[in-house]
Amino acid sequence: MSILVNKNTKVIVQGITGRSGRFHTEQCAAYGTQIVAGAVPGRGGTDVNGIPVFDTVAEGVAATGANTSLIFVPARFNAADSVMEAAEAGVELVICISEHIPVLDMVKAKAFLKGKPTRLIGPNCPGVITPGECKIGVMPEFAYTPGNVGIVSRSGTLTYEAAYQLKQLGIGQSTCVGIGGDPVIGTTFVDVLELFETDDDTHAVVLIGEIGGTAEERAAAFVKDKMTKPVVGFIAGQTAPPGKRMGHAGAIISGGQGTAADKIKALKDAGIAVADSLATIGETVAAALT
Amino acid sequence: MNIHEYQAKQILESHGVNTLPGEVAETPEEAEAVAKELNCNRYVVKAQIHAGGRGKGGGIKLANSLPEVKQQAETLLGMQLVTPQTGPEGKRVRKVLIAEAAEIEKEYYLAVLLDRETSQLTLIGSEEGGVNIEEVAAQTPEKIIRAQIDPAFGLTDFQARQFAYQLITDTTYRSIIPNATALILSLYNAFTGCDCSLVEINPLAIVKRGDELDIVALDSKVNLDDNSLWRHPDIAEMRDPYEEDPSELEASESGLSYIRLDGDIGCMVNGAGLAMATMDIIKQNGGEPANFLDVGGGASVEAVAHAFRLILADENVKAVLVNIFGGIMKCDTIANGIVEAAKQVDLNVPLVVRLEGTNVELGKRIIAESDLDVQLAEGLSEAAQLAVTAANLA
Repeated sequence: MSILVNKNTKVIVQGITGRSGRFHTEQCAAYGTQIVAGAVPGRGGTDVNGIPVFDTVAEGVAATGANTSLIFVPARFNAADSVMEAAEAGVELVICISEHIPVLDMVKAKAFLKGKPTRLIGPNCPGVITPGECKIGVMPEFAYTPGNVGIVSRSGTLTYEAAYQLKQLGIGQSTCVGIGGDPVIGTTFVDVLELFETDDDTHAVVLIGEIGGTAEERAAAFVKDKMTKPVVGFIAGQTAPPGKRMGHAGAIISGGQGTAADKIKALKDAGIAVADSLATIGETVAAALT
Repeated sequence: MNIHEYQAKQILESHGVNTLPGEVAETPEEAEAVAKELNCNRYVVKAQIHAGGRGKGGGIKLANSLPEVKQQAETLLGMQLVTPQTGPEGKRVRKVLIAEAAEIEKEYYLAVLLDRETSQLTLIGSEEGGVNIEEVAAQTPEKIIRAQIDPAFGLTDFQARQFAYQLITDTTYRSIIPNATALILSLYNAFTGCDCSLVEINPLAIVKRGDELDIVALDSKVNLDDNSLWRHPDIAEMRDPYEEDPSELEASESGLSYIRLDGDIGCMVNGAGLAMATMDIIKQNGGEPANFLDVGGGASVEAVAHAFRLILADENVKAVLVNIFGGIMKCDTIANGIVEAAKQVDLNVPLVVRLEGTNVELGKRIIAESDLDVQLAEGLSEAAQLAVTAANLA
């Protein structure tokens, strides 16, 4: 068991012919992920390393039975529109790696998804990996190993760092989900925590947050009220100055809100063990598991 | 991206938001000419800098005549204006906005912004205008009114009208409701038309012009969504290079994300989250980071070398910490970038490198075999300690 994706997941890649689309498709396929189709307007009938390419997602889904879409379409080629196309084609899960998508485009795409059964992960995220089974994204696979700890994070490299620290301590992961660093995202911390809570193979969860917004505070409230499994937290950005966007569009302290101190306090108040430093995420999880 | 008040005024006016007549000037003579053109009894001369609290810092002056306008412009232009938001060094005033000074009856607050909880745009308003809205929200939250905007329909006429009635409760001002409704709709159109991340009018004011009441945006702030600037080239040109740190500007042009800070340990990291966490661990070990720098997920040797030059150009930097978790970004690329950069710039501060991940052994070997004086750290804690020690000894 795992959440969101497993060895049976069938993936269609939107933007498969671009430089990063092509590269990461190869990496995902080599990991064992079933990449069954690609979708690029105007490239229907061609193939990428034997993977058939279709003009539209709908055609690709109809022909291959793909149930998950992986999006590499650049923001300027309207990546938010690609999200809507995938949802309309009926895939269950859309994982959008694309970064720099205009906020208003995502506001629209998110409204489009409302009431539809499709779940969106991202945008501006590393994707989802169920170690040993399936990788749908851009994460370096050596950092992961199968096991029973779930990871959910707003940050890509921090997730790799955390997973690798766990691996070195002999602790594997059930599924790792990058939810993305933008102000408008499809799936939140709370959504993923809910999934981990009901997943038999997840025994503990690592939540990696950063400054900006109030998603970590919401997650803390959920953990306090609803979760029975141990949760370990980490928040990046304790030294970030207010008013400055720290790389991610969503990582900004504004109007006195979204500080690391507030978030750490909210997590601790909810009974979550918070790793004080980047170097001790692994140890903190190991301690929580004993 | 931030822009000046006079530019925000232009954007709002072009979408139909009512304002008072005014123009920007760069010299006292221009200021006087603007005032002459405006031809009113009383003027306001406002320093144009990217920071709030200008009134408190003495950056907003009244003038009753053309010579007074010229004199006030002389005072403001060229001064280092210190406000609660600029920091002690202040900001140099290079432009002033000259506008008609209004006879204010009542001030309000009005804004459109993104509500991250609902992923929808939201109208925010308050009868407490002209003051710090965050304080109003904290102390008297009941005085803040909101309306969610469904992106499928946009802000509807009835919503805008309803909001106007909720905002302007004093029945003396009932005659102004249609104008207020139109202004609210125009403000929303400005937000969506220009891909803003915030539009704020503070104060929105009911003013008396002659015998007529009118509702106008007296001061406004517009922030733009950086990810959308490519589709608004006219707005992108509004960027004021004087208001930005030159190294931050240079970094963004080469795809690096760099923010200058006050400390003395330069950092180069891949990934925004890891970069923030690296700054934090420096602080936890008793040091102070000199910058945030994310070289990104797929940077080239040239980009890494460029990042390195940016860090070393900061005279406060006494040591550099490179923290790379190689994934897509390979450790040997980083190592080659460091070696390349060291050839181009005079590396005169201690360098601590922590590499992990893809091609880590190759990366370490490239650094070890170069004649660079580099301390290779095994773990994160060790890396931070070495960097802090090195900075303290320098």
